[in-house]
Amino acid sequence: MLEGLLLGLAAAVTPFNLVMVVLGCVIGTVIGMLPGLGPMSIIAIMIPVAIGLGDPTAALILLSGVYYGAIFGGSTSSILLNAPGVAGTVATSFDGYPMAQKGQAGKALTIAAIASFAGGTIGAILLMIFAPALSSVALLFHSAEYFALMVVGLSAIAAFAGTGQVAKALMMTILGLIMGTVGEGALSNMPRFTFGLMELQSGFSFITLAMAMFALPEALFLVLNPARGAQSGSGAAIKDLRITKDEARKIAPVIGRQSLQGFFIGVLPGAGATIASFLGYAVERNIAKGEEQAEFGKGSIKGLAAPESANNAACTGSFVPLLTLGIPGSGTTAILLGALIALNVTPGPRLMTDEPDVFWAVIISMYIGNLVLLILNLPLIPYIAKLLTIPRAYLIPFILFFTLMGSYIGQNNATELLILVGFGVVATILRFADYPLAPLLIGFILGTMMEDNFARAMQLYRGFGFILERPMTLALLILAAALVFVPAYRARRARLRQAGVADGD
Amino acid sequence: MMDSVHFLIPGGAGGGWDGTARGTGEALINSGLVGNATYENMSGGGGGVAIANLIENAASNDGTLMVNSTPIVIRALTGEISQSFRDLTMIAGTVGDYAALVVTADSPLASMEDALASYREAPLDFAIGGGSVPGGMDHLVAAIVMQAAGEDPTAFNYIGYDAGGEAMAGLLSGEIDALSTGFSEAVALAEQGEVRILGVTAPDRVPAYADAPTFAEQGIDAQFVNWRGFFAAPGMAQEKVEAYQAMLAAMMETPEWEEVRARMGLVNIYRPGADFVSFLEAQEQQIGDLMRELGFL
Repeated sequence: MLEGLLLGLAAAVTPFNLVMVVLGCVIGTVIGMLPGLGPMSIIAIMIPVAIGLGDPTAALILLSGVYYGAIFGGSTSSILLNAPGVAGTVATSFDGYPMAQKGQAGKALTIAAIASFAGGTIGAILLMIFAPALSSVALLFHSAEYFALMVVGLSAIAAFAGTGQVAKALMMTILGLIMGTVGEGALSNMPRFTFGLMELQSGFSFITLAMAMFALPEALFLVLNPARGAQSGSGAAIKDLRITKDEARKIAPVIGRQSLQGFFIGVLPGAGATIASFLGYAVERNIAKGEEQAEFGKGSIKGLAAPESANNAACTGSFVPLLTLGIPGSGTTAILLGALIALNVTPGPRLMTDEPDVFWAVIISMYIGNLVLLILNLPLIPYIAKLLTIPRAYLIPFILFFTLMGSYIGQNNATELLILVGFGVVATILRFADYPLAPLLIGFILGTMMEDNFARAMQLYRGFGFILERPMTLALLILAAALVFVPAYRARRARLRQAGVADGD
Repeated sequence: MMDSVHFLIPGGAGGGWDGTARGTGEALINSGLVGNATYENMSGGGGGVAIANLIENAASNDGTLMVNSTPIVIRALTGEISQSFRDLTMIAGTVGDYAALVVTADSPLASMEDALASYREAPLDFAIGGGSVPGGMDHLVAAIVMQAAGEDPTAFNYIGYDAGGEAMAGLLSGEIDALSTGFSEAVALAEQGEVRILGVTAPDRVPAYADAPTFAEQGIDAQFVNWRGFFAAPGMAQEKVEAYQAMLAAMMETPEWEEVRARMGLVNIYRPGADFVSFLEAQEQQIGDLMRELGFL
């Protein structure tokens, strides 16, 4: 491995490749920051450029820089505007935006940058040490386990227990699950619940839905309630980037856990950064105690750090199946695979022996890239956070423009705009009625994968046999049950104790 | 030389249609056959949105070429798309990818015969996966092979995955026994020593990977090609159609195209106009018969 490292170092630290790292990271960050613009389309467009470089190492360094740069930068618009930049940073807005509203935009951006950096770097270290061994981990999960993993994710809504919102959260989750069934599933080529509309055949796009739930209602609220904008737009607190020692102590274990968990979820083909961020958020919410748990969704620093470390670690993790097995786990890595094959590099078990320089140089470039991103982003935070001081009259059109453009550009389909506005109005009404919208998105994204994998498991085992025959499935399902019942039990006990104290008085 | 060509791509950036259109445009420009090429991604309705747009705005789409492939035939049969290839002006089929059945490299199944023997022993335990829904292309290819081998094409256990990559992971993890996939994807993994190709749906061995046996040579008459080709708006003037056909025919002889074709791992199947129509009609017949037998129609 040391030999490989030196080889990679030699290949990655050439002036040209260093320029590629920086270029990729800058392009990625900028694209990621713009609401709705994800890495996938920009990478697809950049493929001719990358192939034109002629050198597979430089091309892969550039394109992967765009990929993790976008995930890194995506958190900015999630935090500042409640308009997620990329699908992987939707969960970031759950707590990042409330923090910005409380006037802690600078702090939120700093935490996001540090958590992203940690996630990306820990991911790169794991990738370097374990990549060959991890290829078997990527193949550990069968459909049955994917199904169970999604159940674990869904159990997150149990954390709403005790907040008095259980019923509302449940209803929103189920609405999300229902919306996930629209279109053609993996079960059959017959469209479901499309009402004969061709435009609904491929289902709702996750990013459109996320913007309809968060960005549009936010813009409407800003119009309806002028005080809201003014409150967050003033004061020097925005520029306050400092994290107290106490806060650092709180988020350090979260970052550590989620960097590991996110990485392993990223390694699984088909899961990816979005699922990793939701699962990370869900798990941290469930294991947080009492007061801290109540903070989640209202500007918890733990709730911000969790998805941010998880999505960056997962992004790095997704290179394991790509490089060691030649299997793309997501749309973005599928495009990367296409670019590599075009450059006569076929990823797979032999990549490390046939083209060790490519393999190691990319991993080394990830360290450098994450460092570049941190150096690039930290000094800029005070300026980026100032975005919030822009008068509402200019800010609202800006949000609306990028929200509409972002949802259109992904699919180049004008129907997305109608869906966006329609659901945006519905989401605004739901927010007025105090319904939490995060469970809807969790239900939507996990539900689709849960159903497909459940169907496959049922088909393979001809019934429910997989639950007992596959120990890992059973273990995950038991974990999910524990995640549901432990907080509920805890909340009940707390209520009883409170009642007891009241009696004593 | 033509001034410019506009490509309409019925799916998003990065997909198979996208790669074919952009690769064709690249070869056309580099070989000097066309001055400029523009691309428009219009996804939705499994390609139906782009087709409807091309037909509705036929007059303003005079300089547009739409890329499409086998799914236009399948989706027109199932009614997912309300129009069919007959509603469009057929320019030419240009490239194709054969299909293949693969197993993991360490699988005890060394040939199609072994696979069939294992299947006959315990039909329900033999799962064939693919990167498409039941009734989609990968399923149909597997059914064509089973039928040609004298088995009931409705009996085997087909497991559908969301995408080719996930299906490949399913095969390597041991969840499924065999995988139905595109030949070009199979070659990439076979060269890495991950999979063994049991059979290819080509008439003869493909030079790109001559180690892979065809089904035909194993006594199984299963032939199938997933073509990719270009369509134009209905009512296009005959001379314009011929100009586009001449342009594509000339392109396919150039070294610039050879580079793109080799990169995509596809085979040339140039079929202009009437030739293309009869090819599509034959494929519609083959797939339609099979889907009726499988109960999808």
